[in-house]
Amino acid sequence: MNINYTLFGQIIFFVAFVLFCMKYVWPPIKAAMTEREKKISDGLAAADRASKDLELAQKKAMDELREAKAQAAELIEQANKRANQIVDEAKETARQEGERLLTAAKSEIEQEKNRVKEELRAEVSAVAIAGAEKILAAEIDAGKHSELLDQLAAEI
Amino acid sequence: MAGENPTTTEYIQHHLTNLTFGELPAGYMRDDGTVLTESMWTIAHGSSEATAMGFNAFHVDSLAWSFGLGLIFCLLFRAVAKSASSDVPGKLQNFVEIIVEFVDNNVKDMFHGRNPLVAPLALTIFVWVFLMNLMDLIPVDVVPELMMALGVPYQKIVPSTDPNVTLGMALGVFILMIYYAIKIKGVGGFVKELTLHPFNHPVFIPVNLFMELVGLLAKPFSLGLRLFGNMYAGEMIFILIAVMYSAGLFFGLFGGLLQVGWAIFHILVITLQAFIFMVLTVVYLSMSHEDH
Repeated sequence: MNINYTLFGQIIFFVAFVLFCMKYVWPPIKAAMTEREKKISDGLAAADRASKDLELAQKKAMDELREAKAQAAELIEQANKRANQIVDEAKETARQEGERLLTAAKSEIEQEKNRVKEELRAEVSAVAIAGAEKILAAEIDAGKHSELLDQLAAEI
Repeated sequence: MAGENPTTTEYIQHHLTNLTFGELPAGYMRDDGTVLTESMWTIAHGSSEATAMGFNAFHVDSLAWSFGLGLIFCLLFRAVAKSASSDVPGKLQNFVEIIVEFVDNNVKDMFHGRNPLVAPLALTIFVWVFLMNLMDLIPVDVVPELMMALGVPYQKIVPSTDPNVTLGMALGVFILMIYYAIKIKGVGGFVKELTLHPFNHPVFIPVNLFMELVGLLAKPFSLGLRLFGNMYAGEMIFILIAVMYSAGLFFGLFGGLLQVGWAIFHILVITLQAFIFMVLTVVYLSMSHEDH
């Protein structure tokens, strides 16, 4: 075993290489590795999030579809109801109109009847007067008995 | 190999000798018989010259291979770090990230303080020591023979079989241990830890100090010597098996088979030793950060 200056030479090399490694080798490699680790974990997290998002979106789509279906059903129901209502309303108006026409016709008939009665009455009284005139001739004063005749006519 | 026809001893010794550049003292007689009038810096020829140089020497091969392998680590990882992105990683980036992740997980398990130095330190140690150990898997004769042909007398290509290298790293770790122990606990806290454990009574201070100091100093030495011992032994076995090549065709083939088997087993050893060095470094630093 010859111990000599080689020992110190080796110590110097040792220090130099360790310092070089510490300054120029270790930090960049370590940084790259740490960054890659972070990248990978980020990627995994993103994938997780994406699948969760997808699930949510699917759920949302299902919900909306269901809601739309419900809305459509409601609309149809409403439309049906409205149609029934319209039909009912139409029926009602038709009935009322018929009734109205009926009453109008009835009242017209009544009026006509009254008018005819009036006319008849007047005519009857005239005919009666004429008959009585003819029967009674001069004996009967029209003016004197008109009261009695009117009373008669009213009784018809 | 040292001579034209080296003996087994020469062959093994050649493989275990570093390329040493150092100062030969004045008055030293070199192999070729010349006597130095004054001290001089030169490449050692033979282990006796290397021994004579003593402390005033460098193992050129250890330093070069260790630096080169460290440089490969730095450049490779720096290239990835530069182009690192959080997008889908390429093959190289993936490979580097696996290692970084592995080291980071180990550090997180063992080190609970907050210190930006520890993880890069662990990464550097793991990869660098692994690369140095990996040199052990290159067949033992290839590089030394090649260098011989180029005129370089010795070449030990596994830096972690050089105690200078492993102890150098262990001392680097030791300095960090002391630095952080004092930084986190304060000088008082550090001294208290050395003197009032395990027996918390003033009478026991010398005993405690002795025990704790031995424990403290044992850490870097065991750290460095464990790696050195394992790699040296592994290299030695490769060399010893390689000696069989000179013992005829049958032993040569058998030796080749053994080399392959040992190399496959050694893949485990070099990885494990790099891992152990890293883990112990992190554990020691973690202990320095623990406040009692």
